[in-house]
Amino acid sequence: MVQGGLQVLVKEGLRYRGREGQWTWLLHRLTGIGVFLFLALHIFDIFLMVFGEEVFNELIFLYHQPWARVGHIFLFFGLLFHAFNGIRVTIMDFWPSLWRYQRQGVWIQTVIFLAVFVPSAIAILMEILGS
Amino acid sequence: MAETLKIELRIKRFNPEKDEEPWWGEYEVEMGPTDRVLDALHYVKWHIDGTLTLRRSCGHGICGSDAMRINGVNRLACKVLLRDVAPVVTVEPILGLPVIKDLVVDMEPFMAQYRSVMPYFVNDEPPPPRERLQSPEERERFDDTTKCILCACCTTSCPSFWARGEYVGPAAIVQAHRFIFDSRDKAAAQRLEILNEPDGVWRCRTVYNCTNACPREIKITEAIAEVKKALLFSRL
Repeated sequence: MVQGGLQVLVKEGLRYRGREGQWTWLLHRLTGIGVFLFLALHIFDIFLMVFGEEVFNELIFLYHQPWARVGHIFLFFGLLFHAFNGIRVTIMDFWPSLWRYQRQGVWIQTVIFLAVFVPSAIAILMEILGS
Repeated sequence: MAETLKIELRIKRFNPEKDEEPWWGEYEVEMGPTDRVLDALHYVKWHIDGTLTLRRSCGHGICGSDAMRINGVNRLACKVLLRDVAPVVTVEPILGLPVIKDLVVDMEPFMAQYRSVMPYFVNDEPPPPRERLQSPEERERFDDTTKCILCACCTTSCPSFWARGEYVGPAAIVQAHRFIFDSRDKAAAQRLEILNEPDGVWRCRTVYNCTNACPREIKITEAIAEVKKALLFSRL
């Protein structure tokens, strides 16, 4: 029975009881894919300018729908988590002896993340509800 | 009468000659609290089902033969006391290497990665009249990574390795580190070149599963990061 690749990762790897590092790694991957998909869409909608203002405006109109604006909160979550987690991993890599504080590193990152994300998410929500 | 523990042992079984899919074997055993998971596995093999297949040699945490996933994390079965994992103990083979039978995996891909980093002393300069001297500080530089027993607990706990079996893996990097930072060795540049390949050290995502899994408590992620820095700044 040869095991390998994505199948092992998804079927078995997610059952591995790693600590904070494993779960932040997983979320980093997922938010990375999310941000990539958004960027692809964004590049596409900018590209629509080639076909003139009307076509472009039609798509931009979609972004202003309530469901798309709720999606902004998810996008913001993904971008922010990916950025802060990336900074933490970079710091841990440049100062290898910080491995001792692997857990505290994730806590500090989470506190900073929440301090920025929660007020911003509330502000976006208020605006959606207000309009 | 000595205290006993009732253990429900769930072992992932797979016989390539009979089974299409792995299945869970469930065994109830009574053991002492300071018996180890390895003792419980022995009990099953010797008294309940002789077909249970596992690998172990010294049974005392030195040879590194009995690495397995115990309650979801990589451990040596001979170093885990039952009282610390009771009452339900789940045992599975380590992840990412081909399963040969039950808890025995094919270690060859792992050993091939080990060999790929030149895990031996290289110095073609004529030897001095007495030994090649080294200061205590120079020896201390790579002391931690001399402790590796090649059990594969680290490599098979690594998500990057699960996703891509070609990744050289934490154990091989630890072995490379042991020689790269040895002041007497002269092949650091070659090893760093090997580890600078796409499947080298850069596949490490600083997840820390390896450090947390190592039964020898080697600071593996620290060693890997030191190799990354040696590559980045071109200095040891």
